[in-house]
Order: sequence, then C-alpha cells, then structure tokens
Amino acid sequence: MSATQAAGTAAASPHAAGVDTPDPRLDRVITNPTFQTLVRERTSFGWILTILMLVVYFGFIGLIAFDKQLLATKVSGTASLGLFMGVGVIVFAFILTGIYVARANTRFDRLSAELARSLAR
Amino acid sequence: MSRAHILGGLGAAGILGLAVTTAWAAGPDLGAVSQQATNWPAIGMFLFFVLFTLGITYKAAQGTKSASDFYAAGGGISAGTNSLAIAGDYMSAASFLGISGLVYTSGFDGLIYSTGFLVGWPIVLFLIAERLRNLGKYTFADVASFRLDQTSIRIISAVGTLVVVAFYLIAQMVGAGKLIQLLFGLPYLYAVVIVGALMIIYVAFGGMKATTWVQVIKACLLLGGASFMAVAVLYKYGFHPESLFAAAVATHPKGDAIMAPGGLVSNPIEAISLGVGLMFGTAGLPHILMRFFTVSDAQAARKSVFYATGLIGYFYILTFIIGFGGIALLMSDPSYFKLGAAGTFDKLKDMVGGTNMVAVNLANAVGGPYFLGFISAVAFATILAVVAGLTLAGASAVSHDLYAQVIARGRTTENAEVRLSKIAAVVIGIVAIYLGYVFENQNVAFMVGLAFSVAASCNFPVLSMSILWRGTTTWGALLGGLVGLVTAVTMVVLSKAVWVTTFGHPAALFPFDNPTLFSMPLAFLTIFVVSKLDNTRRAQRERAAFDAQFVRSETGIGASGAHAH
Repeated sequence: MSATQAAGTAAASPHAAGVDTPDPRLDRVITNPTFQTLVRERTSFGWILTILMLVVYFGFIGLIAFDKQLLATKVSGTASLGLFMGVGVIVFAFILTGIYVARANTRFDRLSAELARSLAR
Repeated sequence: MSRAHILGGLGAAGILGLAVTTAWAAGPDLGAVSQQATNWPAIGMFLFFVLFTLGITYKAAQGTKSASDFYAAGGGISAGTNSLAIAGDYMSAASFLGISGLVYTSGFDGLIYSTGFLVGWPIVLFLIAERLRNLGKYTFADVASFRLDQTSIRIISAVGTLVVVAFYLIAQMVGAGKLIQLLFGLPYLYAVVIVGALMIIYVAFGGMKATTWVQVIKACLLLGGASFMAVAVLYKYGFHPESLFAAAVATHPKGDAIMAPGGLVSNPIEAISLGVGLMFGTAGLPHILMRFFTVSDAQAARKSVFYATGLIGYFYILTFIIGFGGIALLMSDPSYFKLGAAGTFDKLKDMVGGTNMVAVNLANAVGGPYFLGFISAVAFATILAVVAGLTLAGASAVSHDLYAQVIARGRTTENAEVRLSKIAAVVIGIVAIYLGYVFENQNVAFMVGLAFSVAASCNFPVLSMSILWRGTTTWGALLGGLVGLVTAVTMVVLSKAVWVTTFGHPAALFPFDNPTLFSMPLAFLTIFVVSKLDNTRRAQRERAAFDAQFVRSETGIGASGAHAH
C-alpha cells in the first residue's frame, strides 16, 4: 500500500496530502511564518522541558547509585535530604507539566488560532 | 472481619518476602497463600461495585453504535474525566500494595519506584500526547503507520501491543487470584474466572465508554481510600510528618537507615536501566496511549496529562505516607503478625498475609473492619479496571490493526470490525483466565517489568521516531521495533528472574534484571541506521510524505475530531 493510501486511511480526511502530487495547501501551511514560529517555539520548549526532566530524574537516580551518604544527610531532625529530593522529583514533574500546559494554553493556542485565521484568508 | 479473623487462616500463609522485583511488578507477587475465611463485608462492597459498573456497562452498550464509540468513546470524553481514567488505568494494585509494602520494609527505597513510575508522564506530554491526538484515530498504530507501510507497521505495533498486554495481564490475573484468595477467602480459580468474566463483559458490551467509567470510579475509590488512610495516619501524629518519621525510625528494626537509600539499588547500571524502563515504558503502554483518542482535541489531551500527572503523583505520595504509617502503627502490634513459638515475630517478614498486606492491615488499624472490607474491595476493583483497559487495547490491536488493515486490507465494514473486536475481547479474556490458571504457582513478579521494557523498547521507539523524525522509513521502524522487542524479551529470559528462578539454571546469562538501558537504545539505533540505508522508492515516498504528517501533527488540521454519527 502506498504512503498516500496509508495517510488516507489513517486520516480518513481529504486533507492528507498526496505525495507524488504535492498539495498546494500543504505548502501554504509549511511556508506560513506563523506555522514556522509555532513549530519552532513549541518543539524547542518541549525538548528543553524534556531535558530538564531527564537531568533531574537521572540526577536523583545517579545520587542513589553513587552518593548514598549525601542523601542520608539529615535536614530537619529525622527526615533526610533524599526524602525531600524524592518527593521533590514528583512535585517537579507535576510543575513541569503545569508550565508546559500554561504556555501551550496561552502562547501556542494563540499562535494556532492566528495560523487558522491566516489560512482561512 | 477482624484481624483475628485474618489471623485464622494464617498457619500456612506464605511469607510474601517482598523482594525488590515485587514492587516492580504491578501484580503483587503474593507467593504461596492459603485461602482465608470468607470476608463478607469486603464481598458485599465489591458486589456493590460490580453491580454499579455493570449498570454503567449496560448504559454504555446502548450508546455504543459506531466503531468510534467502541474504540474511543466517541471522542467525547472531557479532559477531567480522561485524566481520572488515565490515573485509573495506571495506578495498579501493586503500586498501592507493592510500594507501600516496599516502604514498610525498606523506607526510602520505595520512593525510587514512586518517582520512576511518575516521571514518564511529562515526557508523554512534551513529546507524544498532542501529536498522537492530532494524528490518530483509535490505536497508536494509526499514528505510527500514518505515512509508512500499513501492513508492516500495523503488524509490529500490534505484536508490540499484544506482548505488552499479555505479560501485564498474566501478572494482573495471578495477582488478582492471590489477592482475592487472601482478602475475600475465595478459591484462586474462582477469583481468576470472576476477573476474566467481568473484564469480558465490560469490554465486549461497553467498549471504551464502559471501560472509561470503570477506570474513573476505581480511581475515585482508590484515591479516596488512600487519602483517608494517609490523613488518618497523619492525624495520629498531629499532622507533623516529622513525628511520624521519628516514630517509624524508633520502631523499625533498621532504625535510621530507612531514611536513606538502602540495598535496593546497589548497581548503578541496574538503577539507570530500571529508571529508563519505567520512564519510557509509560510512553509506550498501548492501553494508556489509546486514552488520548477519547478526548476531542489536542488541548484536551494536553490537559488530561497535566491533571493525571497531579493525581498519580499525589497517589504515590500517599502510598509513601501509608508505608510509614504501617511502620509506625503496625510494627509494634503483635496482632498483625504471625507469632512464632515463643510469641516472637520478625517485624519485616511475619506480617499477616505478607508484607504486601501492609496497606490492607493499616486500613483495619485506622478504620476498623468495615474500612478493611472497603480497601479490600477497592484493591479488587483496581485490578479489574486495569485488566479491562488492557483487554480493550489488545482487542483493538487485533480488530483495528491486524484484521481491518492487514488481513482485510481496509476492505471491511465498521460493523464487522467492531464485531471482531468484541470476539477478540472474549478470546483474550478466556486466554487470560487460562494463563492465570497455568501461572498460578509461577514467579510472575518480573512480568510487569518486562511489559514496561517491551513498551519502552518496541512501541515507544517506533511511535516516537515515526512522528518526530522525517528520515524514518518502514524498514527502519519495522526492524528497529523487532530488534527492541526481541532484545528486551531475550535479555529478561536470560536474566536471573527467569533463567535461574524459573528454569533452574545455575547462573544467569545476562547480568542485569532490567534490560531497557540496552534494548531501547538498540531499537533507536536500528531504526536510524536502517532508515539511513533504506533508499528504496518506497522510502523516498515515505520521507516526502512527512510534511503532510508534520502539518497535521503540529496543527491538528484534518484530525478526526469529536465524532458525530
């Protein structure tokens, strides 16, 4: 089955562009500056947050693997630094998703709406 | 139902000895357990749950007419509802019982699993969720095969799905059988048949609508029950976590060591491999990915991950408090232990019903026998909801991917496809009952770990590379997915859990328990190298088709919206 058919079946929509015959509407979207801004900003934002998450989580795992003593340090009486860091990783993950959603709901959705308007013209 | 009651059946109840691998397994490895005295309050509450969910299934069945209704609940689920359903799909009985048990025996080490199970969600949000919603219809294979060859990519995605579902299901079925034997005093086989029959009914009649509501109700019950326990524990310590920790350290045989990393992660490679598997496995679980097609658009998909991350994170913090509550409140009370000849007991090994029963015993300590019954019913409902989600994902892979696209090559009707899906749900249910029966006395603790590894090494690379990288071709995705799948399974078979424990060989051929650190990069590398080398005409077409896919994945233009019929 050709890719054209593939896209057609999965998409079940007339939009999925033919490959051998480039869809002019597709070019209009790709060359649209708003589209390019949206994609550039969202992609880099997504990867930055992904890398932050990886660094924080594997940093935590790395400390468990290589520096148990540090995590055993007492912070407030009984509770150890490791305990705060573990809960911190969970809270951090949630906050990161919140940051992404806040930015997506405002900036990215605004760009998407702008794109839709400019394509409708 | 009281402690004494449970104690009655204890004579032969095996020590569960919650090994490291146990919390790994979402199906608690309950070891050898003996049947308990029949627990009527728990059975009563569970029956109420079953009747209520069957009522919902009946309503859902009446509203399920099209394929879109069956696979994606018509695409009309709200972000809030979907987030509860995601949480319901993801929070398994082992997270609840296994992690609180692990905290009970090792303290801090339980947190390693809690964090690992959570940190996959941001990745799902940042890289997958919205694009998945924009590109797909019912299954993640829709997305992976968007511009690639339908036959090859549907096959590898469906195989990846079915392998994950099979291992996950076996672990859940065996866990359910053992748990119900222990909690309700029903024979193992009854328990397995009840779980199998109910999941067939939910999925075959109610499809995604019924499955979603079962998840939502279960999530509310589990979060409510766990919240009550955690608050009750904190209440006893004047809402000062510090006093709770101090009491736990004073009681626990390991003393202050429970506040620091212990023996769980001794080998750095093992630790990182475990982390990689938990993190990226989440992003490749078919029953979770399917949930993103139940909402109307990318905005709703995005919000549901945000809320779900909050709910799941909250839940893992609760299990941590419950584990510490178990240490502080149960450890010095002999009535929760199987006593030795001189009335002595091992605080870590002799708990009534085993260490996985910490949360259940704590329910009795803070809420009395009826709350114990409630928590037992919730644990059963938890398993039921997870297996229903898995069955639906497996049935969809069979009907929507294998039958409709590979065998019938798209020449089939919606009705025939849905009918086949229902038949597949029945078959999967029967196979699950059979496997649950066969594996009763096998070690299944490694199976959920294996399911996560396969999801991270096959489904996730195929899906993410096809969405994110223009260069991906059919050959690359097919061979890469296959390499990831085969490597992950082989490495687990050759590891200690299977090669030594199950097959009885003297030494493991693969030194680590967790294969993902090796199998996942290998899958990505294979996709990359093979795609680079692939210069067939088809490969060129597929690269050229990326633009159309890219526009739709980024903007949702042309995406299937909330479905009307």
